Formats: sequence, C-alpha cells, structure tokens
Amino acid sequence: MKLYTLLGCLLLSTIGTAQNCSYMLSGYIIDLHDNTVLYDATIIIAGSEQKIPVDKDGRYQITGLCKATYTLQVSHPSCETQAVRVSVDGNTVRTIHMEHHLESLGDIELKGHAHKSKSKTATETVVDHKLLESNSAGSLGDALKQLSGVSSLNTGNTVAKPVIQGLHSSRVLLITDGTRLQDQEWGVEHAPNIDINSAGEVTVIKGAAGLQYGGDAIGGTIVIEPERIPVKDTLFGRTILTGATNGRGGSLATSIMKSSNSGWFGGLEGSIKRFGDFEAPDYVLSNTAVSERNLGARFGLNRYKFGLEVNYSRFEKEAGILRSSHLGGAEDLVVAINSDKPFVIEPFTYDINPPRQEVIHQIAKIKGFFRFENFGKLSAQVDYQRNNRLEFDIRRDSEDTRPSIDLQLETVSTNIDFEYTADNTVTAKVGVSGNYQNHFPDPSTGVRRLIPDYEVENIGVYILGSKQWDAWTIEGGARFDYNHIVAEKFYTTSLWEERGYDLLFPDLVIEEFDNQLLVRPDLSYSNISATAGASYDFTNKTVLSFNYALATRAPNVSELFSDGLHQSAARIELGDLRFEQEIASKFSLAYVYSGASWSATIAPFANFISNYILIEPTGVQQTIRGNFQVWEYRQTQARLLGVDLDMKFTLNEHWNLKNQFSLVKGQDQTRNQALINMPSANTRNTITYRLPSWKNLQLSLESNYVFRQNEFPDTNFEVFLPQTETLELVDVSTPPDAYHLLNFRGDIDFALSEKSTINLGLMVNNLLNTSYREYLNRQRYFSDDLGRNILLQIKINY
Amino acid sequence: MLALETPSKKKQMKNLSIYTLIFALCLSFAACSSDDDSTPEIVNEEEVITTVSLTLTPPAPGTVVILRSFDADGDGPTAPVVTVSGNLAANTSYTGSLTFLNETESPAEDITEEVEDEADEHQVFYTLGSDLQATVTYANFDEDSNPLGTEVGVQTSDASQGNVTITLRHEPKKPNDGTLNDAGGETDVQVSFPVVIN
Repeated sequence: MKLYTLLGCLLLSTIGTAQNCSYMLSGYIIDLHDNTVLYDATIIIAGSEQKIPVDKDGRYQITGLCKATYTLQVSHPSCETQAVRVSVDGNTVRTIHMEHHLESLGDIELKGHAHKSKSKTATETVVDHKLLESNSAGSLGDALKQLSGVSSLNTGNTVAKPVIQGLHSSRVLLITDGTRLQDQEWGVEHAPNIDINSAGEVTVIKGAAGLQYGGDAIGGTIVIEPERIPVKDTLFGRTILTGATNGRGGSLATSIMKSSNSGWFGGLEGSIKRFGDFEAPDYVLSNTAVSERNLGARFGLNRYKFGLEVNYSRFEKEAGILRSSHLGGAEDLVVAINSDKPFVIEPFTYDINPPRQEVIHQIAKIKGFFRFENFGKLSAQVDYQRNNRLEFDIRRDSEDTRPSIDLQLETVSTNIDFEYTADNTVTAKVGVSGNYQNHFPDPSTGVRRLIPDYEVENIGVYILGSKQWDAWTIEGGARFDYNHIVAEKFYTTSLWEERGYDLLFPDLVIEEFDNQLLVRPDLSYSNISATAGASYDFTNKTVLSFNYALATRAPNVSELFSDGLHQSAARIELGDLRFEQEIASKFSLAYVYSGASWSATIAPFANFISNYILIEPTGVQQTIRGNFQVWEYRQTQARLLGVDLDMKFTLNEHWNLKNQFSLVKGQDQTRNQALINMPSANTRNTITYRLPSWKNLQLSLESNYVFRQNEFPDTNFEVFLPQTETLELVDVSTPPDAYHLLNFRGDIDFALSEKSTINLGLMVNNLLNTSYREYLNRQRYFSDDLGRNILLQIKINY
Repeated sequence: MLALETPSKKKQMKNLSIYTLIFALCLSFAACSSDDDSTPEIVNEEEVITTVSLTLTPPAPGTVVILRSFDADGDGPTAPVVTVSGNLAANTSYTGSLTFLNETESPAEDITEEVEDEADEHQVFYTLGSDLQATVTYANFDEDSNPLGTEVGVQTSDASQGNVTITLRHEPKKPNDGTLNDAGGETDVQVSFPVVIN
C-alpha cells in the first residue's frame, strides 16, 4: 500500500510544470466529529518530505508552492493518517478534516464522547454516560426523566415511557444506532424495547427538528448511539453489577470490544436483570417482578474512507403487572379508588404471574458508508426488526395459559443518505428512507384482536442543512413522507353500526359473519414536515437560538382501530377510522449562558397542534359484566406552552449546585379546557461535593419536588352500586398530591492496575421512604409508588 | 493505512456500496411483494358470557320464575336485555339454579360448569334492594366449604319490590363477609333484575 501511495504521490507531484512558485496553501486541521481544531497534527508534503508545523489554533501554512497538485500526508497521534490531494492554483485555502478517534478508555471516562449535535438550533439535551451507567439496573425511561423537560408515563414501575415536553408514544421517535425502533410504541403500556446498557450516548431532541429521523416527531426524538470504537489495537470491556434492596434483585451488564489499527472491530455485550416484587413504603406491590435478558453483537470494518458493520441485538423482557390493577368493570374501580391500599397484598415473591407482559425485540442490521474525499459521506443501512409481544391476562379458566394478546410486528427498513462534509461551516444532508411493516395478531388467543392485521409502507425523502457565518448559524430542512396502511379487521356488527361506519364506509366490508364483519380499510397519508432556525453567538458565552418545526403525524393503529374492551386496562377503547393527520407547529427558543462559575439554559416553547389525538373517558357502557368506562379517542386543537430551565453553579473546586425546572401547560382550545395527562411542574436541585484527590470521591444529594397537576379535565362519571343502592362518583380525573423525594448518590474509584479501574457507587432513591402517587402513573388509582431503594453498584473497566 | 486509494481498490469499494444499495432495495421489494391474499381468521371471543339466568322453582304447584339477562354482543355497545318472567309469590321458599351461557357459540357453551369446577376461585353474590322482603341462602359450596352460589335458596316474605343484583366474582377473597367490598376480585358478571313479590 505504502509503495503505491508513494508512487502515486511522485506521479502526482510531477504533474505540475515548474513556473510561478510563490503560492501559499493554508487552512485548518479540524476534527470531523466535533469540529474542534487538532493542533498537534503534522503535515508532510509527499515527495519533498518537507514537514509543515501546525500552530496552536490548528492552522497550517505552506509557502513557495507552484501551480501543481500536491499530496499532503496528514497525521495526528489519535487519528488515522491520511493523504490529501490539493490542487494549487494561486493562493489556496484548504481545511482538512480528520477522523479523530478516542485515544483510550481513560479518555472515554474522563472526556466522554465528542458529541456531534443533531440540530444546530433546536433544544437538545445529551445524557451523559455516567447517568446511563448509574441507571444500569433501571430502564431508559427512568434515566431520561432526570432531564429537564422529560418525564415518564408509567404503568407501575417497570413500564416507563419517555414523555418529552408533554408528549409521548407515537409522538416520540426512538432511534437506536440509526434504526427507528418499531416496537408497537403506540401503546401507553408498551415501554421502549431498549437495553439501557447498550447505549453509549443518548440525545434528546425536544421537537421535530431531527428531520433525518422522521417527520412525525411532534414530541421529540431520542437518539441512542452505541459506544464509539477507537481505531487502534485494543481490547477493552466493562462490567457493571448492581444490587438493589427494593425488588431484592439486581442486574449484571457486561461488554467486551476488540478493535485493531486496520479498522476491524467486533464487540459483544449482554445484560441480565432480575427483580422480585417491588415495595411501596407500606406494602408489597404484588406481581411487579421483572426479568430482562439482552444481548448484542457487532462486527465490522471502520476505515477513514469507508466502513461496514453488521450487528444484531435482542431484547427480552418479562414484567408482572400489579395484581390489584386487574379489574372487572367500573364498580371494581370505585372500590379500588376509594381504598387506600391495593386489594391484593401477598408476601414478597420473585414469581411473575398473570397479568404480565412478555416482549422480545430483535434487530439485525447491515450498514456502511463511503467517504468521497473533500466532498461528503454516503451512508446506507438496511435493517430488519421483529417485535413479539405477549400479554397474559387473568383468564376465567385458570388452566388456560394462552396469552390474551399475541402480536408480531416485522419491519424492514432501508435508509440511504449523503452528507456534505467539505466545508467546515456548512452541514448538509439529503436522504431517502423506506420501510415495510407487517403486523400479525395471532388468533389462537381466543380473544378478539384489539389491533388488527395490517401492512404498512412508508417512504420519506428529506434535505436539511445549516450554515455558519461568524456569530450566526442558520439551519433549515424539509421532509416529505408517504404512509400507506392496509388493515384487515373484524368489527362486531353492533359496533360498526353504532359508530355509523355502516353508512360511511359500506365499501370497506369484504365479508359478513354472524355478528362480525371483516373490513379492509386502505388508508394513505402524505405528510410534510419542515424546520428552520437561527442562532446567534453573542460573546462566546451567550448563545441565543430559535427554532421552528412543522411536524405531521399520521394516526397510529391504536387511534384508528381500537374497538372494544382493552382487558388489561379494564376499559372500552374506541378509535376512529375518520381521523386525519396531526399537524404541529412548534416554536422553541433557547438562551444558553456558560460562564466559568455558573451556567444557565432557559428554553421556552410553544407547540400548536391541530387534529391532536387524545383519549379520555367519555362515559360508561352497560354490559353483562357490569358497567365499563368508555375511553374514546378524539381530535382537537391543542396548545402546549412550557419552559425548561437548567442552571449550574460551581462554588469552588469541591462544591457545585444544580437546578432544573420544567413546566408544561396543555390546553384543549376547542373545548377550552386543560389537556388530560400533562406532566406536573417539577424541579430538581442537586448539591454535589467532589474530592478528586481522594479516590475521585463524589457525593450528591438531590431533591426532586413534583407539584400537583392543577390543570386537568373533569372526566369523572357515576355508576350505580347495588350494595349501597346509590350512584357513586368515580373520580378518575383528580390528580394526586404534590410530593418531594430525596435521592443520594456517592461514588469512589479504585485503580486496579494501569488499565483497570473499579468504581463503587451507593445510591439511595426515595431516602425518606415517602409514600406518594404520580399523576402520570396509570396505576396511581391502585397503589403508592416505590418506597426507599438502596442500590450498590460496582463498575469495572478493563 | 496510508490512504491514497489505488484505482482498483476504489472501484472495489464503489462496487461494494452499489451492492449494498441493490441488496437494500431487493430486500425492501421482496418484503413488499410478500403480500399474502389470505384473509385473517375470525376470532369468536371465547370468554364471553352472553346469558345469565336464574331459575326460581317454588314447591308444586307454584309457577317457576326465570330471571334472564341476555347480552348478544358481550362487551359490545348493545346493552343487555333483562327479562323477569313473572312475580314471585309471598312467603314462599324457592330453589334457585343459576346458569351462565356463551350463546355466541352454537351450541351454546355452558360456563356454569367451568365456574363450578373452579368453585374455590369464584363466588356469586346476591345483593337485594333494601325494600325487597326476601333472603338468599347459599346451597352449594367449594371444597373448603365456602359458598359458591350457583345453587341457592330464596325465601320470600311480604309483598314488596326491589332489585336483585347477581354478581359473579373471579378470584375473590375466600372466605369473606358476604359483601362485594370485602370479597374483591374481578367482576365477571353483574346484572340487576327488578323483582316484585306479591
């Protein structure tokens, strides 16, 4: 190789004919990933072997050049050496980008990742590796809710869905290693099928500015990236062992990675989690045990010019659902709400009984890139995802061990994009993506399908870019998506007629049975989304940015097709075939000040959503099983206003204070009332003490105060109770009281050898064992939230 | 690798990315064309109870009274139809026999048997309106001698009227104090019948 290169260089450098040799070539050496300058690079002019110095600002300058094509050999201690061809004709300016690889594991620990921002003007937050690791035994939702503007919608404590500035489920995209996660995210009791231990870095984009990921991120996008692999001969790994008192279980996560100078790499990771019943301060939360097993493998070649990777991941989770949350009709709900304890409190056990969920999510992927020197990078990816979801209910016949819900969603996606990288002040990307989905609900459950068989085809094209002029950065982008969905669904004749579909959609019926109809809705949506923004850097310390994002989301399968009793929620859920797309206009502003001793971010936003789809109780329906509450989806004009605040004061080298505050106000403008299920205002204040000289000691105490949600729609209803012969009010809308939690974390490092360190962490969540209930926990009617939890974590890097 | 690509290498790589693209497209098209034309299989809800009927038999020559509730579409929007075949006679001792049926299947499935087989996991509760002058006593029990309630005795006294509410609970606390609140569990059936005693 070297020989060819030298030959090439010689040939090339002799092409120029000797004439005026007084030209100057200058420019900067820039890190491709984070645009920082690389000052300790060296440049050698091939042929002459003249060594050119690079100054402190990363600038180089070569004088006395002729009109010719030169080859520069650019090297850097932690980058792959590369050859750059430059045509000199007059004084030439040329910026050289290098792929800067992390030098060693130590650097990862100290510096974290070189973060490449996903959007220049939208509000985004990066979750640091430490926060992810300390939540190794928890879930992604648990970790993310510690960020301002992010909360979680829970079903008990094991099913947590991230909520970004008041919005969740289909409005929040989850991108894992470039793949949009297709894990039936429309369901409120479906947590993201992601192992937190597989994430190297997580970025939360609060809004739809991440157009490359999708145009329907009305809430936002969560981008999960795996750990970067250094291009050098190394073998490293990490093991995290966590034990917790609450749930009397723990987790073990381990990963090992091998990479080489030639660019070849391979990695394996795995984690297991096992917990028994969790406990509220005063009682056991019976049947809340959880078991999780995850596996990931990757293998590939990563060179400067090109790269290819194949990977596979498997996520498997089995979670019990609080026994007491399983109800018959609305009468049972009255009893549950009026009782201050759950009805079933059994002794602690590790058993997971019905009601429970079992989910397996698998992703297989092949991806590659090819870099066109001084022009750009072409990336392509194909992936296949399979999501299997089983829900086991308590059946009347306890011998019957079949699941009540058995769904399989398969998705094949392709994504090709081209990123322009030749100019340091410009980012530009165009791409096309497509996917095909097939959903199969297994009829052998003997339970009518809530979500039908369907096939989906999506195609999207997008373009986005940004340009920087001195203190100004402007950014813009547009995306078009076409969604096509064909479903085959059985409706009960009575419901079909009751919804008026018999008059609206008589053509959809393809077969009639005794009391059911087979219908074939064929729906397509064309969606346009766009973003535009600008930011101004005042003093290097103060940056003000503004972003506008237009997002369009087609209704999801649950919103369209729900048509009856949702057993696990003990309610009748009704969707609507007539729904149109949601269209959101979000304006966000961010003021960022970063000084030496204190920094602050103030980020207000306003999100106006037309055809916003929500589900809320609308009444009761009489059946032979008693009265059931009916929850109906409807569309409305919604407005979400809010602000996220982040502040940090560094008092001295030992002490610092952090403050976070988030507020969202949701208004249904059509009905002029508050929106249901908006997160309460909440604030987190942390005081941290550091003593780097003694084993890197760090102690912090966090106070988390969650205000009561005072703005909510009144969706209460009445049911007749035969035992008292009275009409009883079922208070499903009143939010629980405000609560305050204290959390402690302390950790120290020990060096095992030159390359290995051990980190010991002690965490106490809910230090005061406070009893509380959270408005966004669907089980707040039945039980208190978690009590005190003491966790001990050992982390070994080697 | 000191990288100035030789032409052949460059070509190789270009080919590779082209192959990747072709592979990607093939995969997505293959997936698209895997359209199957078979329609999904119908599911008839298996756990549905459409019919609850309590047959009250007095000593001869009295008239049998049947309380029946029929919900044709189970959990669907159609409300159950409640019928009471006649009035109960005052001061009479009736034997009551309760049946649960799933009539979406033919022949109708008798769910009473399933309830009786798993007697320890079920109990039927009879809640009488306070004005109704009658009492209900359990006539069948589970293996732990706790009441089940698919067989009962009904003793009427003076002429009066009110509701009889029949509730089948799954996995109630057993034994319990006879009230729904104490028993807990899930309601599988709950029907109220307007009853007249004269």
